[in-house]
Amino acid sequence: MSHPATSPARTNRSAAVGRSALDLFAGGSGTVFALLIVVLVAITFLNPSFAEPPSLMAFLRNAAPLIVLAIGQYFVIVSGEFDLSVGSLVGAQVVIAAKLIDGEESRTWGVIALMLVFGLLVGLVNGLVTTLLRVPSFITTLGMLLILAGAVRLWTGGAPTGALSDSFRQWGRTGIDMPVVRQLPYALLIAIALGVAAVLLMRAPYGRTLLATGDNPTAAAFAGVRVWRVRTLAFVLSSLMATLAAILIGGFAGVSAQVGQGLEFTAITAVVLGGVVLGGGRGWVVAAMAGALTYQALERLFTQLDMPTTARPALQGVIIIAAVAYAARSRGHRPPPPAPAETANDPVPERVG
Amino acid sequence: MTLTQQAEAPRTAAAVEGRRRAPVRLGTTGIIYLALVAILVIGTVLVAADGDNLLAERNIVDMLTRSSVLGFIAIGQTLVILCRSLDLSVGYVAALSSLVGATTMDGDPARVPLGIAAALGVAAAVGLVNGLVITKLKVNAFIATLGVALIIRGYLDTEYKGPAGSVPDSFQNFGYTRIGVVPLSTAVMLAVAVAGIVLLRRTRTGYRMFAVGGNDEVARLSGLRTDRTVIVAHVLCSMTAGAAGLLLASRFSTGVAAQIYSAGYDLDSIAAVVLGGTLLMGGRGGIAGTIAGVLILAVLDTVFRLLQIDPFFRDVLRGAIIIVAVALYARRQIDRHAVRARFGKHGRAAGGQDAPRPVIPEARA
Amino acid sequence: MRVPKTVLAGLAAASLALTGCSTDDPEASGASAEGDGGSSAEATPAAEGQADGEWFVRADYERQLAQRDMQPEGDESKPWLQAIEPEFVDTAKYKKSGAQTLCFSNASVSNPWRVTGWITMQQQVDVYKKSGEIGEFRVSDAGDDDNKQISDIQAFIDSGDCGAIIVSPSTTATLTPAVEAACESGVPVIVFDRGVNTDCMTTFIHPIGGYAYGADGAEFLVDELEPGSKVLALRILPGVDVLENRWAAAQEIFGNSDLEVLGDEFTGGDAAKIKDIVTQYLQRGDVDGIWMDAGDGAVAAVEAFEDAGQDYPVMVGEDELSFLRKWKETGMTAIGPAYSNFQWRTPIEAAVRIWKGEQVPKEWVLPQSPVTDENLDSLLEANKDMPSLHYAKFGGEDLPGYPQAWKDRS
Repeated sequence: MSHPATSPARTNRSAAVGRSALDLFAGGSGTVFALLIVVLVAITFLNPSFAEPPSLMAFLRNAAPLIVLAIGQYFVIVSGEFDLSVGSLVGAQVVIAAKLIDGEESRTWGVIALMLVFGLLVGLVNGLVTTLLRVPSFITTLGMLLILAGAVRLWTGGAPTGALSDSFRQWGRTGIDMPVVRQLPYALLIAIALGVAAVLLMRAPYGRTLLATGDNPTAAAFAGVRVWRVRTLAFVLSSLMATLAAILIGGFAGVSAQVGQGLEFTAITAVVLGGVVLGGGRGWVVAAMAGALTYQALERLFTQLDMPTTARPALQGVIIIAAVAYAARSRGHRPPPPAPAETANDPVPERVG
Repeated sequence: MTLTQQAEAPRTAAAVEGRRRAPVRLGTTGIIYLALVAILVIGTVLVAADGDNLLAERNIVDMLTRSSVLGFIAIGQTLVILCRSLDLSVGYVAALSSLVGATTMDGDPARVPLGIAAALGVAAAVGLVNGLVITKLKVNAFIATLGVALIIRGYLDTEYKGPAGSVPDSFQNFGYTRIGVVPLSTAVMLAVAVAGIVLLRRTRTGYRMFAVGGNDEVARLSGLRTDRTVIVAHVLCSMTAGAAGLLLASRFSTGVAAQIYSAGYDLDSIAAVVLGGTLLMGGRGGIAGTIAGVLILAVLDTVFRLLQIDPFFRDVLRGAIIIVAVALYARRQIDRHAVRARFGKHGRAAGGQDAPRPVIPEARA
Repeated sequence: MRVPKTVLAGLAAASLALTGCSTDDPEASGASAEGDGGSSAEATPAAEGQADGEWFVRADYERQLAQRDMQPEGDESKPWLQAIEPEFVDTAKYKKSGAQTLCFSNASVSNPWRVTGWITMQQQVDVYKKSGEIGEFRVSDAGDDDNKQISDIQAFIDSGDCGAIIVSPSTTATLTPAVEAACESGVPVIVFDRGVNTDCMTTFIHPIGGYAYGADGAEFLVDELEPGSKVLALRILPGVDVLENRWAAAQEIFGNSDLEVLGDEFTGGDAAKIKDIVTQYLQRGDVDGIWMDAGDGAVAAVEAFEDAGQDYPVMVGEDELSFLRKWKETGMTAIGPAYSNFQWRTPIEAAVRIWKGEQVPKEWVLPQSPVTDENLDSLLEANKDMPSLHYAKFGGEDLPGYPQAWKDRS
């Protein structure tokens, strides 16, 4: 599998046409939509039952947590940073929920509120250490990854204890019963709601300053942006999204010792597949969500192809590199990015929200 | 936390210390060695309170042994990070080269040189691919090396279902012999470190690495072939990871995959490099600091072991120490680095406006 | 007359070697790369077990399957002291008096099975600390890093004051040189759980093994399912000896049956991934049975059937409590193979015996039997206060800290 072959000529043309419909498939964020469609078509071709609404709903329910994580990671990446702590945070939150709820229905909402507060705190620490103490976010969040993983195990004695209540689990596990799709998963609705909110946020003044900050923090600072506040908020958003993802993942599958492991790399990969540029300033939140969906769809495709599980990472690696290389190539054909000084005056890059 | 009081106060002493040890980069490297000494002192006191002696020969040997594998990898990682790149595939390269080395040697002492050459050759080839994908395909280093790591993983898991190959006794010596208190592997690692320092300070390639990392665009405009420099750094990085793989093969007496690639060398090595004072966004730092970073982690490891610290608490401490240490270095750099550059964004960086010179003017400290 | 005698002697020697009697040559005993089940004294050529990455050694497989039906020696109420076909070795040379320092190099406590066992071991140590046999209990945790564990063992050797060294190896093949070095230091060495490719240690403690574990589940599926039924295999990681053995045995049994194996998938033991994969297979068609190489996430696999509105499969889990509870609650057809968690007590008992100069089995094979419908209720009753992710056959009920230590995981 590789991305659809699009000739450089076509890419040039689309650049000339500007923001035409063709642009959607031409590179940058566009690659991901093309890739997603190809993968979905391939799965349906191999297994027509995939396209039946109940199957599709199950797929989307499963993809929802990663979509939510991708939204959070998008905020951080577009501001020019990384968040490696989300996997650990998801794991910690699920374990916290199980231990504190301990199967009691009545505690559900109180514990969810507590989880949100905890997520907020973690994000705040990540953000402030990165912005005020000037520790590179890669290191801040790597340290946070170690701290969260160790602390939560220290607290539970090494293996998760307790149990989640049904009212906690419903958000990731069940949905609204209805004809045709059998069940519309809450997880999907939550992901869509968060997606819409993220699009609106990126169109609001905060979103513009976030992009401007990621594009050129010096210029943004000169233009009066309080860079540290903008970035710290991005980390807080990321941690809150990870908390919501934890509610969905814990709800979907319950507590296990391994929950959340490696999700940070999955989330970053998903966002980058969506054409969001590591280093900040460029990318579309909807494309980041599509990146998450594509990542999940690729995994489905591999299962569908009965490919030996051991070989799958190799193909994943090839596809990720190819997709990003393709996006970078198309970007290379565009007019060069505006000089920093100009960016300060017009801090809104091409596609916002 | 432990670092806070110790590394802060004697700043002048650090500069003096640094000038003596590392005439080129006095400030940061000096501070880091001072931090290492501080951790050693604190560790010795804590261990003594527990009734043991951290500086006993066996414990020194232990610390040095623990530093060698990560040391090799971190030396290479320093080179790529200086070029404003990074390498997440090092653990996989080490696993691959342990298997290539061990299967090529196949227990035959006469085939040891061939095994070493094959392992390092394969590693270099992976580094070349990393470098080419980053420079020619313009894929961000994070994604490029993550992708290559996944590819190697797929190959290893499919091709090697378990340990494979065996190394002859003569090659096991690499992992187990020691000269006085210094294990042979650590001595070799330090020799590689010295070679790396010479490369960075005395050769054009090293000069270019600082230049590329300092500001890729400026370096390119001033006529440096930046791509080639980045590729060389990646080849060298993979080769040191390959050396680490060979060392692991010699200690394990066989080649293995999952046991090596899931040991976390990728993130550990980056942590060691940054702990050693090299800027994650490139252009500043060096191998001497990295070695101190590796030694700090090794000392912590030994101290935690001697004090019987709960493994979960160990993770918490390690995470906190890394953040605190880097925050301390960062404090010293704030003024001259008011705006932080972001790595991974070739040619569009805002910060790091230093002239492309390897000499870091930090005498202010 | 003389010639046939020599021939006979030669034949006897050869058959001894072939049937797996212990050999002194560590080189010849390299076959047990298969780890937990492997007799380190097995005399199969080393190349067979390692070079081609094969995880199936028929002699070991057949021995383990046979061992399941053997009556272990010793008190049935103390399974951690029982032994199957023990060959005792003399330990008089290690006899010591007074409180000793016991050193333990642990591979990790990175999964609930190890966490449970680790608590049991500490409780057992407390008993002997009180009674004066153990002075200090010194532990190194390698965090699943083989290289670190080699250093940990070396540090114990160098410290020079370990009365015995217990090793729970992270990987069979890689820890062999370090364990050999420990043996050479003259201290009694006790290896448990996974093995190493040498028989230099004083005793090697393990339950019957991975082949038996894998076979328990696979045979159950073959017995309970109609011919032609479809089975999905869920595995944790590739290349880990303990787990590969279980799968090798299952493959052997499935291969000789009329069951269809739909696929084998690696899940990392992550519940979300397990549930997703099972859901995918259910979308493509029926799944009649699930085989797992470890019970982590078994409940998630069962839930996938519930959420898809399908009948429960015939399920292979483990003796882990959340699975046992789910099993009881749903009344499904299931089996819980057990990799006897009580083995964590045995190394401590072995060390104390060695210091007393008492004989210990050279290879201490502990009994290993699955949870079935017959003993499900009694095991659930016995463990009713225990948290989820606790292992029913932990065997610590008579220790002073019971039940609080396992309940709180302190």
